[in-house]
Amino acid sequence: MTTANIPLKLTRKDFVSDQTVRWCPGCGDYSILAQIQKTLPDIGYKKEDIVFISGIGCSSRFPYYMDTYGIHSIHGRAPTLASGLAITNPNLSVWVITGDGDGLSIGGNHFIHTMRRNINLNVVLFNNRIYGLTKGQYSPTSRTGAKTKSSPMGSIEQPVNPVALALSSGATFVSRSLDAHTKHLGETLAKAAAHKGTSFVEVFQNCVIFNPNEWGPLEDRRQRDDHIIYLEHGKPMVFGKNHDKGIRLNGFMPEVVQLGDEFSVDDLIVHDETSKQLAYTLSSLEYPDFPAFMGVLYQEEKPTYTEVLMDQIHTAQETKGVGDLNTLYRSADLWTVA
Amino acid sequence: MTKPTQTFEEVESVIIRFAGDSGDGMQLTGTQFTNAAAVFGNDISTMPDYPSEIRAPAGTLAGVSGFQVNLSSHDVLTPGDAPQVLVAMNPAALKVSLPDMESGGIIIVNTDAFTRSNLKKAGYESNPLEDESLSGFQVYPIPLTTVNREALADIEGLSSKEKDRSQNFFALGIVFWMFDRQMETTTNWLKKKFAKRPIVIEANSKALLAGYHLGETLEAFQRRYRIRPASLAKGTYRKVTGNQATAMGLVTAARKMGKPLFYGTYPITPASDILHALAALRHCDVRTFQAEDEIAAMGSVVGASFGGALAVTGTSGPGIALKSEAMNLGIMLELPMVIVDVQRGGPSTGLPTKVEQSDLLQVMYGRNGESPIAVLSPQSPSDCFDIAYEACRLAVRAMSPVAILSDGFLANSSEPWLIPDADDIAPIEVNHPPARTNGEGPFLPYKRDPETLARPWAIPGTKGLEHRLGGLAKAPETGNVSYFPEHHEQMTAERAGKIARLADAIPEQEVFGPEEGELLMVSWGGTYGAVHTAVANAQAEGKSVAHAHVRYLNPFPKNFEALLKKYKKVVVAELNGGQLAFLIRGKFALDVQSFTKIQGQPFKISEVAAQIEEALS
Repeated sequence: MTTANIPLKLTRKDFVSDQTVRWCPGCGDYSILAQIQKTLPDIGYKKEDIVFISGIGCSSRFPYYMDTYGIHSIHGRAPTLASGLAITNPNLSVWVITGDGDGLSIGGNHFIHTMRRNINLNVVLFNNRIYGLTKGQYSPTSRTGAKTKSSPMGSIEQPVNPVALALSSGATFVSRSLDAHTKHLGETLAKAAAHKGTSFVEVFQNCVIFNPNEWGPLEDRRQRDDHIIYLEHGKPMVFGKNHDKGIRLNGFMPEVVQLGDEFSVDDLIVHDETSKQLAYTLSSLEYPDFPAFMGVLYQEEKPTYTEVLMDQIHTAQETKGVGDLNTLYRSADLWTVA
Repeated sequence: MTKPTQTFEEVESVIIRFAGDSGDGMQLTGTQFTNAAAVFGNDISTMPDYPSEIRAPAGTLAGVSGFQVNLSSHDVLTPGDAPQVLVAMNPAALKVSLPDMESGGIIIVNTDAFTRSNLKKAGYESNPLEDESLSGFQVYPIPLTTVNREALADIEGLSSKEKDRSQNFFALGIVFWMFDRQMETTTNWLKKKFAKRPIVIEANSKALLAGYHLGETLEAFQRRYRIRPASLAKGTYRKVTGNQATAMGLVTAARKMGKPLFYGTYPITPASDILHALAALRHCDVRTFQAEDEIAAMGSVVGASFGGALAVTGTSGPGIALKSEAMNLGIMLELPMVIVDVQRGGPSTGLPTKVEQSDLLQVMYGRNGESPIAVLSPQSPSDCFDIAYEACRLAVRAMSPVAILSDGFLANSSEPWLIPDADDIAPIEVNHPPARTNGEGPFLPYKRDPETLARPWAIPGTKGLEHRLGGLAKAPETGNVSYFPEHHEQMTAERAGKIARLADAIPEQEVFGPEEGELLMVSWGGTYGAVHTAVANAQAEGKSVAHAHVRYLNPFPKNFEALLKKYKKVVVAELNGGQLAFLIRGKFALDVQSFTKIQGQPFKISEVAAQIEEALS
C-alpha cells in the first residue's frame, strides 16, 4: 500500500477555496461558512463527493468559497439542480444554500416540492428577513409592518414561517439554528448531514447593513439564553440563563411559565422530535412572541426518493432483465419484408 | 355466405378517416386498423386530430376526434390530403370531415346518432342523410347503435351503455371487411389489454365480428378493396410515432454513452407521451423525474448533467418560455443536455393539440444575452429516433445544450420503421477527466479542446477536480468570476464558436432533384412528407424543382449557403409566419420567398403543389 491510498483526515482548511470572501464585514454568513467548513470533515463523505448548490442572493455566493464541487445557479432554482444531481448520483452529499428571498419567494414552489420528495439533500436557508443583494427590500419573511426601502410605511404582507412551511410540505428533518451561536449551529448542521433524506436547516442570520436589529437579543451572547429554547429530544423544555423558565401546555395552548412554587420541570413539555403534532405546535410559536426554538423540531426516518427509485430500477431489471435495445425496438407488432 | 354480386377492386392506396365524439374511441379504432394494415405490409402514414378537451361536449363540432390513415402499396409520406373513406359516428363528425372528403368517396354513418338533438348540436338545419347534401358521395347509412346492441344482446353483465362502447369496434369490423383485412392483430390486442375483464373482450370481439359479417351480408355493400403490400426495403418493421421514436432514440444514446438517462420534465401536450414511454423503461436505467413545473424540470436537467447523466427534458412552446432561464444557465455552465420541444400552435396556450412550427425563433433566440444553441429537427416520425441520438451526440461534443424541434404532427403520427440493429449504432464517446493527485497544478474547468472548443466534463465524485460553476461571467480556463471586458468577449465568442464548429460534425445538406435550376423548395420538420411528395409529383410532370429538407437548423450544414444560391428562386415552406425564411435572409442576405400556413394543420400536398406551380409561372 502506498501512502497516497491512506485517507488523510480532512480539516476545515481542506474546504477553503482560493477565492476572497466578499460579504460585508460583520455579516452572519461568515459564521455559517466557518461552521460548515468545520463540520464537513466529520460527516463521513470524501471531499470529492460533496457538492454545494446555491441560487442568487448574498448567501448564494457561498459555493465560490468552498473547495468542493459547486454551482452558483439561478434565482430560486438551486433545489431543482440539486434534485437532478442527487438522483443522478445518490452517493453524493448535496447541499443547497439559499436565503429567505431565494428559497421562499422566487423559489417558493421548489421549496415545497423539495421538502415533500425526500431526496437526499441538505437545505440550509439563511433567514435575515430582508433582501440584501438588491439593497434592502422586504422579503417574504419580513414581519408585517417592517419598514424597508420598498415598504417605507411598513410591509402590508403576512410573512412566511419557514419551519412551518417545511413541516407542512412533508419534510423529514426540520431544524433551526443561529449564525451567532457557532457551537449550536455546528451541531445542528452535523445532525442535518447525518439525516437520510431532505434535511432543512433554517439559520437566523444577521444582515448587518440592511436589517441589523432583526434578531435583537438572540445575537447577543449575554442575553440570548433568556430568549432561546434549545430543543433536545426527550428533555423538558427548560430555558433561561438560570434555567428558571419553561414551556407548558395549557389545554392546547403552549405558554411560558416561571419555574418555582406554581410550576416545576414536571409540568413542562418534553420534546419529542418524532412527534409531528408537537412539531406543528412548536413551529407556530414565533419569536419574539415566544422564545425562539433552536435545534431539531422534527425528524422522521423514511426511504429517500432515490432509494425508492433505485429499488424500482433494480426490481424492473430483475423482472424484465436489464434493458436490451433490440428488445426495446421490437416491443410492438412486427412484420418482415423479405 | 358471400353475396354473388360482391367484387374486389385493386387500388394503390386509400385514405380513411374515423371520426366521432372524443369519447367514441376513434383514436383507438384508427390505430387498430393501422396496425392491421402495417402488419399486412402496407406503407402507412397516420394523423390523429383531436380536441384538447378530454371529453368535449358530446355531439358538438368542437368535440370531434378524428384519426386519418393513408395506406398504400407504394411509399406514402403524409396521411393524405382528402379522405376517400369516412366513418362518421355522428352528425358533428360528418360536418367537420365533409369539406376534406374526396368527391365520390365512401361515407359510413351511424344513423342512430342522427337525432334531432345531435343534428342541432352539429348546426344542421335539416338531416343531411335525407337531403341532397351527400349526393356526391357513396353513403352507407347503418344504425350502428341498434345493430351493435342486437349483436351483443345475449351478453349478460354489461349495461346498454357499456355495450354501446363497442360501437366503434362494430364500425371497425365493417372497415376490416371492406378492405379484406385479418382481424387477428386487433383480437390479440383485446385479449392482452382486457385480460382481467373477459366480458369486455367478448363484447368487443363480438361487435368486431358482427361488423365484419354485416359487410358480408348487407346487400348495400358490394364493392371491396384490396391494397397490396408495399415494396419497402428488406427487414423487420414496426409502426412508430414520433414521440415513441424520440424516447427510443434517447434511451439508445444513453446506452451508447454508457450513462443513465435522466429525463426531467413537466407534463404538457403534445410532449407527455415521451415521458410515458420513458417512465416504463426503468429496466433500461431510465430515471424519469416529473418536476413541479417547467422551470424545475429544466433545473433538474442542468443538475443531472453536472452529475454526469445523459440529461434530457421534453416540453412544448409554453414550457420553453419557462425553461429559457435555466437553458441559459446550461449554456453558461457549458454542460451537455437535450431539450425536446414538441411544438404546438401558439402564442400563449394557443392550440395545444394542433401542429405549428412557430418555436424556431424562440428556441434560437428566446434567451437573454448572446446565447447560442444547436437546433435539430426530425423530418418524420421515425426520424425522431435518429435526431434524438444526433442531438445527444452533438451535445456531448460541444458540451452545450442542443434543442430538438419536433411538433404535434410528428409526435402523434405514425409510420413504418425499419428497425435498426442496435449493435450497428455507433457509441457516443464521453471523456470525463480522470482523478488527480496533488502536484498536477490546478484543474482548469474551462480549458477548451482546441478542435471542438468544448470544455472538460468533470463530474462530482472525481478526486482532485473540485470546481465551481456559475451563471456569472467568467475568466477563460479557470472559470473564475470575471467582469473583465476582454474575458467576457472571449468567452462569448468561444461559446458561439463551439456551436458553429458543430458544422464539422454534421452531414452536408442533401437535395432531392436538380442540383441547380429554377426553383428550390426548402422545408424543415414535419412538413417533409407534403413538400417532398409535391416536389416529386412536379418533377414527374417534368418541372424543374428541387427540394432541400433541413434537419440541422443551427448550425446549418456547411454547403447550405452555396446550395441555396444555385437556384433562381428559393421558396421556404413552413407552418409559421416565415421563421426559417427570416433566418436564411438574415444569415445569407438572400431574398428567399416564404410560403406559410398557420391553421394548426399540416400542409396538404395540393397546397404545396399549387405553390410550386405559382413559383414557376
